[in-house]
Amino acid sequence: MIWTQTDYAGWGRALRASGEVARPESRADLAALSNAPAMGMRRSYGDAALNSGGRAVDMSRFDRLLGFDAETGLLEVEAGARIGDIATAFAPRGWMPAVMPGTGFATVGGCIGQDVHGKNHHNAGSFGQHVAEVTLLQNGVEATATPGSALFEATMGGLGQTGLITCATLQMKRCKGDLMLVTERRANDWDEHLALLDGSTASYTVGWIDATARGADMGRGIVEEGENGAGLMKRRRGAHRVPMDAPHFALAKPVVRAFNWAYFHRVPAHGRTLVRPLEAFFFPLDKIHDWNRLYGQRGFHQFQCVVPLGAAAALKAMLAEIAGSGLASPLAVLKRMGPGRAGYLSFPMEGYTLAIDFPNRTEARVLIKRLEAMTAEAGGRLYFAKDSLAEGAAIRAMYPDLEKWQAEVAKADPQGALATDLVRRLHLRTA
Amino acid sequence: MNSWIILGATSGMARPFIRRLAESGAQLFLAGRRMEELEALAADCRLRGAPKAEVMAFDARDPANYAALIDRFVQEEGTLNAAVFAGSMPEQAQIDATPELIEGVIADSFTGPATFLQMLVPEMETRGAGTVMGIASVAGDRGRLGNYVYGAAKAAFATYLSGLRNRAGRKGVHVITVKPGPVDTPMTQGMKMPFMTTPDAVADDLMRAIEKKRNVVYTARIWQVIMTVIRLIPEPVFKKLSI
Ligand SMILES: Cc1cc2nc3c(=O)[nH]c(=O)nc-3n(C[C@H](O)[C@H](O)[C@H](O)COP(=O)(O)OP(=O)(O)OC[C@H]3O[C@@H](n4cnc5c(N)ncnc54)[C@H](O)[C@@H]3O)c2cc1C
Repeated sequence: MIWTQTDYAGWGRALRASGEVARPESRADLAALSNAPAMGMRRSYGDAALNSGGRAVDMSRFDRLLGFDAETGLLEVEAGARIGDIATAFAPRGWMPAVMPGTGFATVGGCIGQDVHGKNHHNAGSFGQHVAEVTLLQNGVEATATPGSALFEATMGGLGQTGLITCATLQMKRCKGDLMLVTERRANDWDEHLALLDGSTASYTVGWIDATARGADMGRGIVEEGENGAGLMKRRRGAHRVPMDAPHFALAKPVVRAFNWAYFHRVPAHGRTLVRPLEAFFFPLDKIHDWNRLYGQRGFHQFQCVVPLGAAAALKAMLAEIAGSGLASPLAVLKRMGPGRAGYLSFPMEGYTLAIDFPNRTEARVLIKRLEAMTAEAGGRLYFAKDSLAEGAAIRAMYPDLEKWQAEVAKADPQGALATDLVRRLHLRTA
Repeated sequence: MNSWIILGATSGMARPFIRRLAESGAQLFLAGRRMEELEALAADCRLRGAPKAEVMAFDARDPANYAALIDRFVQEEGTLNAAVFAGSMPEQAQIDATPELIEGVIADSFTGPATFLQMLVPEMETRGAGTVMGIASVAGDRGRLGNYVYGAAKAAFATYLSGLRNRAGRKGVHVITVKPGPVDTPMTQGMKMPFMTTPDAVADDLMRAIEKKRNVVYTARIWQVIMTVIRLIPEPVFKKLSI
């Protein structure tokens, strides 16, 4: 296997690494690997998939579909397969992944490593709850894990620390086709926004929030509800790219305010229903490749927390801080989560989750620190897929099953060969 | 029904293209040397929508078995198409040390594929339809210090394709010459190269080339400009450059 000295980064491009990377494509390549942490498409914003100075295994080309049982809907895939490709291939034939994150570029291995959630978390739970089996390579030795075992729970959301995930069997969900019927409603303020999310009975529900709106408008946004459907629609293949790093005024305050105002008002006051291709509903940003370059060279951070249902007021207070700071970007999402989670380190808890991007600037980092403290006070949790700034002790305290995870990880990787920058930064395995 | 035979189907550059064909509902005949890899790819293609995906043992250096593969392929009704990804690129230094390697490079990249196509194309002409897509290389546009044997083989293949286009086009068979610049595959891993593109982007270009019936396609497209410039450099100057 060829190891290439490579400079690489998390999706936010604020945290970077340099080290040797191998990219297996075949079983023979896998057999020739040394023990090193895996990465998927590095859609995690921070350092979950980085290993500075050490080696890393890029699994994104180990991506074949291996087998499908049309009776049971069980799909066996290699870990580098992208969730969006799976959806595109299967939806026309009546099946789709039960849970999909907001980017179709995420690999199956990455979806497991973070136990990701989708717009249907309130009724479908997390990704790992639909995994029937995973195959791991633990220091060259193959192991399988199935639901109910400690190894399985340590692997779902386990940040790749229990071994290299080579293959997984996913329980797919029946669907009608590759279209989505999407209803968009305006929420004029925070209370209306929460009420729409609480009252939604749709299969897929998510709120876009205008994090620049203040005063009486604070919390306003668009609540999107989606149902799957079948039909015919012209689709375009191909994508746009951002050819270079944008100058840092590209997302300056007036630009964002204007954008958000227009984005809000594009939906008529009485709402509307439209038909969209499946990919456009689930992966709205994927049409613009490398959109992370819009934040310029310095990159950006995403803050995502979840707080218990009873702590909605705390979340509102966070939004007030954000709106007051003038630092928010247009990408801000509010969602009601259900209790579903599959692993010891899974992010979800029943409550409300807020995700929002900030440019990587001193004021933004200070604000994020403040939001993190507010999350802790509210009994909430931060997401390893997004984090790049948290304090180890604070974030570890948000994961009550951390010790169970540590015990399994110690067995699976006694040498600590799979530790990543995130694991070291937050002392996840050692504290 | 649309059927494609792919020579060198396990090549890193080919995988996303083959998947696009599978999604488009084409029948696939995947030919190459690594059978286990071919089987896995065929299963992948069936799951992505190919009504049929069969594997074939193909070694460019063993023309004796070409006829059997072609006999099997032409049993399919409808439009027949062929894509050639086969080829090999040992380091120039290796070739300098062992000049006999040249024969293999020429066989993998030129004489093998050309012989195969020469045997297949008459049947395509009889049916009056189909596409031949041959992967040549920007390396064939000018003999450069770093890989001139590989470049020579690809230049020969490109010239062959040009002639084949001229001939088969008269009978409804369209021939596309593809000249990729560096593509991020295992073949180029570890090399620092400018304007590197990805197999996914190449696949997009190839699908467009088939749809638009293009004759010669550079991918990434910038290489058309670069190679035009490089071809214009006068030989007395060029021979002193190490580009
Ligand atoms: C635009 C956008 C929208 C997003 N929306 C959502 C969302 O709605 N919900 C959500 O939950 N997340 C969301 N995310 C986050 C994203 O889904 C996760 O970060 C996911 O893990 C990315 O997958 P990846 O393949 O890029 O994995 P990476 O980021 O490369 O890796 C993630 C983790 O998994 C491990 N890992 C990856 N592959 C393997 C393997 N084969 N074996 C062992 N370990 C492995 C890595 O070591 C790392 O710890 C979003 C991200 C973006 C950029």
